[in-house]
Amino acid sequence: MSEFVIRNGHVFDPTQGIKGDKKDIAVKDGKIVEKVGSSARVIDAKDKTVMAGAMEIHAHVAGPKVNAGRWYRPEDKHFDSHKTTGITRIEGGKSIPTVFKTGYEYARMGFTFAMEAAMPPLYARHVHEEIHDTPIIDEAALPVLGNNWFILEYLKNHEVENTAAYISWVLRQTKGYGIKCVNPGGTEAWAWGLNCLTIHDPVPYFEITPAEIIKGLIEANEYLGLPHSMHLHQNDLGNPGNYKTTIDSLKLAEGIKATNNFGREQVLHSTHLQFHSYGGTNWGDFESKAKEVMDYVNKQKNLTIDTGNVTLDETTTMTADGPFEHHLHGLNHLKWFNVDVELETAAGIVPFIYDPANAVFCSQWAVGLEIPLYAKDPMRCFITTDHPNAGPFTRYPRVYSWLMSKKVRDALLNGFKKADKVIGATTLAEIDREITLYELAAMTRAGPAKALGLAKDYGGLRTGMNADIAIYNINPDKFPSTGPEIEKAFAQVAYLFKDGKICVEDGKVVDMGHKKTFWVDAKVNENKQVMHDIREKFLRYYSVNENNYPVPESYAPHQHIISVDATKA
Amino acid sequence: MPKEVTDVICPFCGTLCDDLVITVSDDNKTILGVKNACAIGAEKFNHQRLPGRVKLPRMRQADGTYKEVSYDEAIDWTANMLVKSRKTLMYGWASTSCQAMSIGHEIAEKVGGIVDNCATVCHGSSLIAIEDVGVPSCTLGEVKNRADRVVFWGCNPAHAHPRHMSRYSIFPRGFFTVKGHKGRKIYCVDCRYTDTAKVADEFIQVQQGYDYELLNAFRTAARGEALPDFVGGVPKEKIQEVVDDLKSARFGIIFFGMGLTHTMGRNHNIDIAINLTRDMNDYTKFAIMAMRGHWNVTGSGQVLGWQYGFPYAVDLSRRDQARHQTGETTSVDLLNRNEVEACFYIATDPGAHFPIDAMISSSKKPTICIDPHINCTTEISDIHFPVAMVGVEVGGCAYRMDNVPIETRKVVDPPEGVLTDEELLTRINKRVDELMAKGAQ
Amino acid sequence: METVTLTVKKVPELFLECEKVNPDAFAGKSAAEIEKLPAYQGKENSTLGEYFAVAGNAGATAADTKIVINGDCTKMKYIGAKMTAGEVVVNSSCDMYTGSWMSGGKLNVKGDVHSFCGLAMAGGEFTIEGNAGNYLGAAYRGDWRGMSGGTLRVKGNAGSDVATFMIGGVLIVEGNVDIHLGTHMEGGKIILKGNANRRVGGQLVKGEIYVFGSINVMMPGYKPVGEVDLDVDGTKAKFIDYIGDLGERHPKRKGETVYGHLYMKK
Repeated sequence: MSEFVIRNGHVFDPTQGIKGDKKDIAVKDGKIVEKVGSSARVIDAKDKTVMAGAMEIHAHVAGPKVNAGRWYRPEDKHFDSHKTTGITRIEGGKSIPTVFKTGYEYARMGFTFAMEAAMPPLYARHVHEEIHDTPIIDEAALPVLGNNWFILEYLKNHEVENTAAYISWVLRQTKGYGIKCVNPGGTEAWAWGLNCLTIHDPVPYFEITPAEIIKGLIEANEYLGLPHSMHLHQNDLGNPGNYKTTIDSLKLAEGIKATNNFGREQVLHSTHLQFHSYGGTNWGDFESKAKEVMDYVNKQKNLTIDTGNVTLDETTTMTADGPFEHHLHGLNHLKWFNVDVELETAAGIVPFIYDPANAVFCSQWAVGLEIPLYAKDPMRCFITTDHPNAGPFTRYPRVYSWLMSKKVRDALLNGFKKADKVIGATTLAEIDREITLYELAAMTRAGPAKALGLAKDYGGLRTGMNADIAIYNINPDKFPSTGPEIEKAFAQVAYLFKDGKICVEDGKVVDMGHKKTFWVDAKVNENKQVMHDIREKFLRYYSVNENNYPVPESYAPHQHIISVDATKA
Repeated sequence: MPKEVTDVICPFCGTLCDDLVITVSDDNKTILGVKNACAIGAEKFNHQRLPGRVKLPRMRQADGTYKEVSYDEAIDWTANMLVKSRKTLMYGWASTSCQAMSIGHEIAEKVGGIVDNCATVCHGSSLIAIEDVGVPSCTLGEVKNRADRVVFWGCNPAHAHPRHMSRYSIFPRGFFTVKGHKGRKIYCVDCRYTDTAKVADEFIQVQQGYDYELLNAFRTAARGEALPDFVGGVPKEKIQEVVDDLKSARFGIIFFGMGLTHTMGRNHNIDIAINLTRDMNDYTKFAIMAMRGHWNVTGSGQVLGWQYGFPYAVDLSRRDQARHQTGETTSVDLLNRNEVEACFYIATDPGAHFPIDAMISSSKKPTICIDPHINCTTEISDIHFPVAMVGVEVGGCAYRMDNVPIETRKVVDPPEGVLTDEELLTRINKRVDELMAKGAQ
Repeated sequence: METVTLTVKKVPELFLECEKVNPDAFAGKSAAEIEKLPAYQGKENSTLGEYFAVAGNAGATAADTKIVINGDCTKMKYIGAKMTAGEVVVNSSCDMYTGSWMSGGKLNVKGDVHSFCGLAMAGGEFTIEGNAGNYLGAAYRGDWRGMSGGTLRVKGNAGSDVATFMIGGVLIVEGNVDIHLGTHMEGGKIILKGNANRRVGGQLVKGEIYVFGSINVMMPGYKPVGEVDLDVDGTKAKFIDYIGDLGERHPKRKGETVYGHLYMKK
């Protein structure tokens, strides 16, 4: 059965400006079409909300540090592992789900795509093995490049063309999607136990600054014309007062225009902004600077951001910001996992309990909500939890309930043990805005699709687009009024269509679909210098051979390759 | 004309050298020579051409002898065993590919198996320690490029990981280590003077079984607290001297092995070594790494990790949940307590390595063993399945001791008619489905 | 209080997972309903009624329910696990996970217990008349939160890894222990009436360990600082006070480091 018509649903599609009108959507052979024949299966979407499948722009779901987080935390599965009847495998993991649970849970919430936020190129095979085993959802992965020796050397010498050639090579070797930059320079410094906390702190030996790395990578990204922009995790994550470094970093994008054939308008995507919007000087006078940061973001049209919402759970932090994890371990003394990756990057992992009795954690929660509530353009502000850092992705329905209902979030805010302190340190209590379903569709579908350069086929419900569709049991005319009701509605779709096939029905997985690995093949002019440098570094410094570095085809049996021609005449 | 296959990955130990050059006969059937491997790795490739390869499954008869049977007959017997048994030990995995493991897990989930790998008698202690306290670590290339203090504690790479010292840990000239071993100070801590100790700059002899106490003394000295005169046979002055030297390192690394995993306290020895490493990070940069033995035991831990959330001893016997408790769901304990009804061994030889009581228990249960060769386990099994040698006759993903994944290559064809692990497991999986559909369980 | 009496009528061939044998699972149920509660051997789903004769109905709540178990329970796992109230008396030795994750009520085993018993105990009273295996009163794998409350007493000997990651409560061993007592302790109190082999209080952050007998090898990280007169579990005696583990981190209160204490009876 490959023909469907979704009848009478309330459609929310920012790509067409549809704000809840009742509209039929026809599906045939994996695409949205004008109409279908009378033998099409009718899906009754009366009193339901219809949106494109949601797209996760930043989560840690596949790869070596994710897996280290899994196996070094048996307690994360304790009393939690289970199997539902039907076609699904055993699922487990509260903060770091196993690959099966990851695919199923995203699908149950109406997601059809997830971006693995940080792929260390040397471990790319591992990332792809996990992507391969993650059911239903399409996935891609961003190679981390902000501390890579090739990048540091080329950018120090302002060699944009060589930088671009190297990046093109890495994307092909690792089947990567774009440029991820984590704690630029600081993670290379961390290989000596040091860090770069401002954008002007030079990297030991390489003598390049984070500012130069950020700017250089943005330029290389636009030189190549990649579908996504440079994706940045700023320096000084998590520290009181860091909002200044954040704005300094964002300012580096000023004046740069996006160059690409994919409709992307931003040149910089700033991730989990919540962790980077802090004022104060210590944990005692900690305060929110979300308003200041968002004032800047709102007027800088060539930026996109994602939130990184704290969900007040026990979770696991994991990031390529190695020095930050060491610092966090010093604060909470919980088990610390660290791996420094030769020539490329690092990763750290520490479990974390965002205890709602603690004023600082509650303030972080408030900051995470202030950010999207201050966002003027929902097409540039996306909702994430930097899973699992600020909370598990399975909490998205709860985050939506806080954003869409002042009553729900205020009840939590006023019920905190240290409510007065939290209200004093943040501005959330003053905000009346409630995100609408239309805005939510922008923040979770249309916006991420456009930022990823996928707006032609994904993130919307226009004819010709891919039939990735989520139908929720939400009647916009009778929007649920309590937190639990809102959560339930977003946690269990009525239907999930993936490539025109029903994969989830009534919150139950009924088909594994045919997921694809997305990656970007950017062609550049032949560059003998870069190929020589690559050969040289593999012979002398890497611990594997150059011919054993690339990810073989068999690891991604179904590929969606986006070709970019960056050869300059 | 013989041809050379380059960039070959050696499927023997956790060093996972990937620079082997294998000379292969024109018809792709015989290995003629091996370059760059150590003696052990060379033997793994060279013995491929020895006559006497088992080509068909062998089934034990009533009189104790073995008779060749077809794959189909043996597969049917195996599937029936799996479907009938309430709890099946599915142990081994450390010498096959990740792709094969994945199929094996599907089978385990269906039939109620307990999936365990060779860590259970090896670095399982290290995994327990990491589960308790984490681990500050790095890739082997970081050691090559940065390390100026290298400590081998309770391990003997000269014997167990022969090319480790030349590829990564002592001799290479890296980016920040242009002087090679002359720019590194090498310590060897062991209860006996090993061949690795001969290569070290300093050998510290610790009384056997006192590593935990000695490491506690190192940590105490690092915090500037007083020490008893001797700990584990090492004088306090020496302890203080070594700790001060380690603090002055630019990048230090501790490699450890069975000297910590198998002496009194086991996981606690590694736990405290990890904590010493953690403490050193308050002063400088320090990392610690387990010298994993098998070439893909790490891979088994990874696949089990992403599919079920645990690195070994994964109990799927309830079929609707995954559980893990070393001491309960580990192979030797399951066998000693007679807690399983059938045994399924793949890519391993517990007959050679497990304690005798465990194997006596195992020998009384219906057992199948999947291995290219006859070994101590095949001869007490009901069925021996021959398969292609992974990394030699079929490729597949492997994980090095520092968790770096490398895809092994097929260098020659397997013997005529011999299945690969992936093919065999796929067929067993299919037969299990057929039996279960018939309502066998 | 209502009493349900279970009498073993069939010894399991493997080991029986008795997750439902506790006052909380029995509360509000009749004997017939209790017989239908699930019990497992691997993938075989069975019922308690297959293995136990059940007499008597449970109370309305866990607190009102007493369970008495007769017969051979040496191959029964999880007896009394997760109980929050009520009473359980086992007239037999038990296997693993007996009383694990209990948070209230009284559990009494008139025999030995195997390993992983009393894991992460949070409250109540758990008494073992015989010996205990390894990991008594320890944390679950990987969890830094071990025993946090209640009183766990073993009258015989216990094995290794007793009270690992303890953060509260009281654990008393009247006999001896092997190695690794109170490793990674961060609170609570351990009383050892007998002897320990080695490694008492290794990597201890906070907490108190009282040893009446001897320790074969003291941890290097412990330093004697004086003598004290104490009344421990009903015995008054003089103890040498050792602070430690000096190789480990310790919390500070008002600028002063708060060490752990290992008290050795003189």
